[in-house]
Amino acid sequence: MVEESPSILPSKDDVLTALHDVKDPEIPLISVVDIGIITKVDIDEAARSVSVTMTPTFVGCPALDHMRKEIHERVSLLSFDDVRVTVDYTTPWSSNLVTDRGREALHKHGLALPMRFEGDFEPEIMLNAECPFCGSANTRLVSPFGPTLCRALYTCNSCAQGFEQFKPV
Amino acid sequence: MRDEAIRNLAMRMADDALIYGHRNAEWTGLAPTLEEDIAFSSTAQDKFGHAQSLYAFLQSLGGPDPDTAAFMRDEKEFLCCHFVEFETIDYAVALMRHFLFDTAERLRYGFLERSSVEPLAQLARKIRGEIKYHTLHARTWVQVLGAQGNEESRLRMQSAANHCYPMAFSIFEPSAHEDVLRAEGIFAGEVELQEAWREEVAKVFAEASLSVPEVADVTAHYGGRRGYHTDALAPLIAEMTEVYRIDPTATW
Repeated sequence: MVEESPSILPSKDDVLTALHDVKDPEIPLISVVDIGIITKVDIDEAARSVSVTMTPTFVGCPALDHMRKEIHERVSLLSFDDVRVTVDYTTPWSSNLVTDRGREALHKHGLALPMRFEGDFEPEIMLNAECPFCGSANTRLVSPFGPTLCRALYTCNSCAQGFEQFKPV
Repeated sequence: MRDEAIRNLAMRMADDALIYGHRNAEWTGLAPTLEEDIAFSSTAQDKFGHAQSLYAFLQSLGGPDPDTAAFMRDEKEFLCCHFVEFETIDYAVALMRHFLFDTAERLRYGFLERSSVEPLAQLARKIRGEIKYHTLHARTWVQVLGAQGNEESRLRMQSAANHCYPMAFSIFEPSAHEDVLRAEGIFAGEVELQEAWREEVAKVFAEASLSVPEVADVTAHYGGRRGYHTDALAPLIAEMTEVYRIDPTATW
């Protein structure tokens, strides 16, 4: 008797490509991969299973459960026998993990970009945001808290426009 | 002994975050400006996240799930300090408590980043990044209203400091596990934290033209860490859990 040959197991890249379909519900232009919250993809070939690890941008992120469900649903469309999605803090999220494509998406969404930083983050660097509309560096931090946990409020002294920044953290 | 010390520490921190977060959330819709409204609501949301992650950590050590821990315990089982319990409709007092409490939180999580309990150290690294925004916000307002405002704003901040500062020492009420926490490299302990906090607060007060109030007895507001609370806590818990307790098995 000839055994039915199992379908080819998707690769890690296949999983990440699929996850580009899952967007952050608060900024639907950016995928969970580009925002940098997918910290690990482990494939067990023998068990034909995959384990995806994610970490929240902010611990109290209300979109976390929603994204976890969507990630699970999307990866389940690939031909694994078992899909697990876990949340942990082994690799804590930092705005430095946003990819270049992610930064482009944030900018297109009208958000000022988080400053990249090295070592321990000091929030004082927030005083130097660039206006996403006119590019001026002459801006004023109105409040480190905006409409979502990951955004801060500014006004531009050059073009008088109010804007939001995706916070560095 | 070691496990009990870790559980006690995490429970104190989780309960502080939950109760203080609830008090912050009470400013939603009532703060003096829209930006402050958003700031207090956002810090509340962060605090609930911190509480939830600490309750989840406690669950991994055999505790109840986070919702049960938050909504189904009696007042006596809470280990929050008295400082986070009181209600205030005075914005100067709310800002001052925010500054004093979050300065302690930032330092506490800084110590815990080096904890020998790896899951706690990981959480601390994550949470401290968020609390930096809380202290940035609080310190800015203490300085603006203290040193850069007018005489009325400075006096109101000084009066808020006089009210809050002595009570803030309840944060550092030592537990029965201080020796174990230090010996096992879990946490530097409340004494060391209190000293670091005193120094940091004195520095910011000096910049803000505020004087550091005299404190006759730092133990005057102790009790919360052993389950003895002020009259403010029971009504808060009743309100916070009212909807959940109608049907604890409901899914949301």
